[in-house]
Amino acid sequence: MSSESKVIDARNTFCPGPLMELIARMKRASVGDTFELLSTDDGSSNDVPEWVRKAKHELVSSEKVAGVWHIKVRKAR
Amino acid sequence: MRILVVGGGTGGTILCNQLARRLAGEIRAGKVRLTMLSASDRHMYQPGLLYVAFGQMTPDGLYRDEASLLEPSVEFHVDPVTEFHLGRNQVRTRSGKTHEYDILVIATGSRIVPQEVPGLSEGAEMFYTEEGAIRMHKRLLEFQGGTVAMVVSIPHKCPVAPVEAMFLLHDFFKARGIRDKVKLRYHYPVNQVHATPNVARWAKPEFDKAGIEYETLFNVKEVDPVNRIVYSEEGTDVKYDLLIAIPPHSGAETVDENNLGQGGWIPTDRFKLTMNGHDNVYVIGDATDIPVSKTGSAAHFEAEVVVDNIASMIKTGTRVREYDGKVYCFIEAGYDRATYNAFDYVNLPELKPPSKAIHWFKVAYNQMYWTTVRGLL
Repeated sequence: MSSESKVIDARNTFCPGPLMELIARMKRASVGDTFELLSTDDGSSNDVPEWVRKAKHELVSSEKVAGVWHIKVRKAR
Repeated sequence: MRILVVGGGTGGTILCNQLARRLAGEIRAGKVRLTMLSASDRHMYQPGLLYVAFGQMTPDGLYRDEASLLEPSVEFHVDPVTEFHLGRNQVRTRSGKTHEYDILVIATGSRIVPQEVPGLSEGAEMFYTEEGAIRMHKRLLEFQGGTVAMVVSIPHKCPVAPVEAMFLLHDFFKARGIRDKVKLRYHYPVNQVHATPNVARWAKPEFDKAGIEYETLFNVKEVDPVNRIVYSEEGTDVKYDLLIAIPPHSGAETVDENNLGQGGWIPTDRFKLTMNGHDNVYVIGDATDIPVSKTGSAAHFEAEVVVDNIASMIKTGTRVREYDGKVYCFIEAGYDRATYNAFDYVNLPELKPPSKAIHWFKVAYNQMYWTTVRGLL
């Protein structure tokens, strides 16, 4: 299991958008891999946890720093 | 100065043609050599596949000879790259030739990988190939009623294609007089009907008006083609009578095989369009990993930035531009109306209401594209 997060820089992107970027990267990841999504879209703070919950992955942390959301997600299955 | 362009799709062709004109003097004087390596002698207009799937274009209209599109000063070889040796500024091709370069542009595009979803190839119609688009048209003509389900895998090129296809399905079955016998169901990976917020805000009420049902947070896990059920990663499923799928995509096989980027997407600076760690390697179009739409328009605008910078570097020693994320996508909203999405990294304006004028402009652009790839439009 990798302890280092892989960063997905989705700041200032509209298409495909932060959540899509995260889902696409998670698809190819191994169970246990952790991603840190960077997003300037405030919607990410709700969208990402909603998908994580439904897809049964793990939301590690979510915080806004200097206008940027840093959302860490671990692939659980 | 040896400039090598790998890939003869939209981005590579526009770039070669514009660069050939900008550096005409240098090429004539023998100071610059511009070479394109492509896997095919044909150039395909990929957006036309949607029209083939709905019987509005025939496949012959999708292709032109690549050589016929290129400025004569471009040395063109149908000889795909099999090995990249970036440390030595070299590539090796299928024929065994080695090409050295001073500047490399990788424009190798993307490919569909439906095999990554179990049962997808067996169970779904997919209009992302000529064969698939022709077959889908036949299936649509034969369809007598039931549930038509659309599912979307990511990543994929042409982000608005799923939305366009739904509106075209609505009008197609209306024209056949059986729309009341057809249930249209749309399934999308994120929690709105499209990843781009302005498209989602526009499309949702349009779906409601057209009686198109939708389910969000649906990421395709597998398809049971025998029982005609598609299952999502999120634990839901849908029965279908006809399944249309936007397949997952990957970067070009040669990118994967040469470990240039995870999943076939090359790590690229989103502004400079240089490959991370290689200042003399540019990457444009679908091949990049930058978070912009995988569309011809992005490839076009990226190519123009790289052309300006390569030409400027040669003439003055400095780069002059950065890519601002500009994308322009037409969105067909049915048989006779369309809108468009024009945005960049910073600006995302609301969509204009669909109109006949924009639809006919798109239809015209289906032909004007051949002027675009010549680097003239």
